[in-house]
Amino acid sequence: MSKELANRAQALPPPSVRYTLLGWVQKNLFSTWYNALLTILALGLSYALLKPIIAWLISQSQWEVLKVNFRLLMVGQYPVAQLWRVWVCLDLLAAIVGLTWGIWVHGRRLLAAALLIAPLTLALLPTISASTRLFLLGIDVFALIAFGLGRLRGLALRRLVIWSWVVYFFLVILIINGLNPGEGWFPIVPTTLWSGLLLTFLLTVVGIAFSFPLGVLLALGRRSRLPTIRWVSVGYIEVIRGVPLVTILFMASTMLPLFLPSGIRPNLVLRAMVGITLFSAAYLAEGVRGGLQAIPHGQYEAAGALGLSGFQSMALIILPQALRIVIPVLMGQFIALFKDTTLVATIGLLELLAISRSVLAQPQFVGSQREVYLFITLIFWVFCYFMSYVSQRLEIALGVGER
Amino acid sequence: MEKSRSPRVQSSIPLWRDERFLRILGQVVFLAILAAILGYLTSNMLTNMRRQGLGLGYDFMRLTAGFDIGEHLIPYDRSSSFLRAYQVGLLNTALVGGLGIALATILGVIFGVAQISSNFLVQRLARAYVEFLRNIPLLVLLIFLYTAVFIKLPRVKEAVILPGPVLLTNRGVAIPWGIPTETFSLYVRILILGVFLAIAVGSLLVWYGRRTGRAPLTLLWSGLILAGVAVLGWVALPAPPLSLDPPAVQGLRLAGGQQLSPEFMALLFGLSIYTSAFIADVVRAGIQSVSHGQVEAAKSLGLTIIQTLRMVVFPQALRVIVPPLTSQYLNLIKNSSLAVLIGYPELFHVSGTILNQSGRAVEMIALVMATYLAISLLTSTFMNWYNRRVRLVER
Repeated sequence: MSKELANRAQALPPPSVRYTLLGWVQKNLFSTWYNALLTILALGLSYALLKPIIAWLISQSQWEVLKVNFRLLMVGQYPVAQLWRVWVCLDLLAAIVGLTWGIWVHGRRLLAAALLIAPLTLALLPTISASTRLFLLGIDVFALIAFGLGRLRGLALRRLVIWSWVVYFFLVILIINGLNPGEGWFPIVPTTLWSGLLLTFLLTVVGIAFSFPLGVLLALGRRSRLPTIRWVSVGYIEVIRGVPLVTILFMASTMLPLFLPSGIRPNLVLRAMVGITLFSAAYLAEGVRGGLQAIPHGQYEAAGALGLSGFQSMALIILPQALRIVIPVLMGQFIALFKDTTLVATIGLLELLAISRSVLAQPQFVGSQREVYLFITLIFWVFCYFMSYVSQRLEIALGVGER
Repeated sequence: MEKSRSPRVQSSIPLWRDERFLRILGQVVFLAILAAILGYLTSNMLTNMRRQGLGLGYDFMRLTAGFDIGEHLIPYDRSSSFLRAYQVGLLNTALVGGLGIALATILGVIFGVAQISSNFLVQRLARAYVEFLRNIPLLVLLIFLYTAVFIKLPRVKEAVILPGPVLLTNRGVAIPWGIPTETFSLYVRILILGVFLAIAVGSLLVWYGRRTGRAPLTLLWSGLILAGVAVLGWVALPAPPLSLDPPAVQGLRLAGGQQLSPEFMALLFGLSIYTSAFIADVVRAGIQSVSHGQVEAAKSLGLTIIQTLRMVVFPQALRVIVPPLTSQYLNLIKNSSLAVLIGYPELFHVSGTILNQSGRAVEMIALVMATYLAISLLTSTFMNWYNRRVRLVER
């Protein structure tokens, strides 16, 4: 009897403490004299900082510059006739995100609703063209269909979704670049026309897609039993991590032509992509190495005991576990890569930051630095925050740190 | 008989299946491929350079630079050599790096501790600060600070005057500065004496602490002694060693004090607050890594809150904090190269100008990379040494 009681007593939730509003304020803001002092100090400081900002937002800021240059900031000089390709990429992304959401994400209805309502609201704006409206609605339609599919057939589609993410990265490059060197259907868009937010995204996508495998290889090389491979990997990683990205980009832009036979001149975008990939790979390698070191040696021995070869045990046993451990680190690195794409402005590529500088060079918008830079800060912030949010969800979904 | 046969069986494994041989072969092949690629690239480079009529070598560093540098800590003008220009850039990088690290550490510790404050408002504000800064690119922050804040300050005539006096204008920020008088060199000697005294007292206290097992406030007493010597020396000298030079508006320009250019201010502030957000997270993680049981144990031993922090929490947190802190410091120094876009003449910017003037791309890029690499290695060596010292606490 008493045991039963004790069990029931254990099952009870902890007593919830209820405060009145004043009680809450007293506990959280004015519990001691120094807390009260801190609260007042923090309030005063935020007032002093926010007041001029809000005053500027209300009375002085003029957002005309963004309205006029919106397309320039988003896709730069990408030919208007080929813009449907960008929309196709976005619709595809919506479908894959919808599928992923349907399989892995549960709850979070508010965020999902916000993500769906945003394109819908844009589609209802009176000023946009019919085709744009169609593509915007397509985002919602594809996302919803894929979401339903993910909910219904989630388990069977898991592997497919992971592969489709991998394929998507390469597909985007193909779609944006084009296939046909001539004039006709699906022509190649020269990289000199890639600019704006589009270029920022492409640099990120290419950087992630190529630096990840390279980083894994370098991490494996650093833990290799063969000394020469180990030394070369360590040397590469340490040298790259010891220099700023700007120097590598600069080297890629001015020195790469020197290293190649005289006929070959890879274009600037490609050079920037190579520079970013080589740079990011060294940092990713260090992250992956951390994961490899965390795998207990028993796993290698168990794999060996099962008769797996060195390659098999690495690919099937060690790497999947190691990569799962380091997901937060990798995502952090990808966010850093996204932010680092701004540095290509130093070698003359017109990514989001650089193109906003050229927008500000327009004579009628010379004084609008605050508006433009606030806008692109907001863009970067939203995407980075979203990426780190995804990383946190992924961590929970894959049970990192629970085993 | 049986036993003596087995080595012979092993040695009869054919060469192409002998793992020892395969390992060596693999490495030789790997090195050969690597050498072939590098050799190919180098030969291309040499061919291309010969075609352009360029040679390799650092002789050009002695040539006249012929360009101006806005800010220099050592004497420099157009007729100085490239080498001198490079040194100017290096010193500017060191200046921004040193000040930036100091500022970022102070801000980072404040916001890191604030993030785990029991005060709701303070905690949320610190969290917002960190979340905002961590998720924007540094370059955007730098350009925003430069073009939208420091350049947009009022003109010299309408300068904002803060108490101090600190003058804020679109031509830069001017702060009060001291001008050395004739007693300055004597005062420096007194200060050096004070430093030695402080170190002596500090080591004495450490020795005392080791012997008795009590932890004396080494840093506090050493600091107090140094401060005491400094104040005493100032008062005891017949004339004060520094005379105050407040900045003022003179017609259309600033006069007096120390004038800090908008480029410098934007770079210093941008680097400091950006890095401080990352340091804040490092500090928070470090403090949270000390298990709550440690604090409770310290309390049950009767230690006060200050003692608990000083003798239980901080020494353990420091061990977690130092390695990531090192990489943040290194990031700050490497990130100072972004000043190239706002026009502060640090190492990378000056080297870029030298490259353009002399046309020596290979040498200059190699030099810049080697310099940053050397700075990185030096800093990480120092921090590793410090880390080992902190680690000694561990049993």
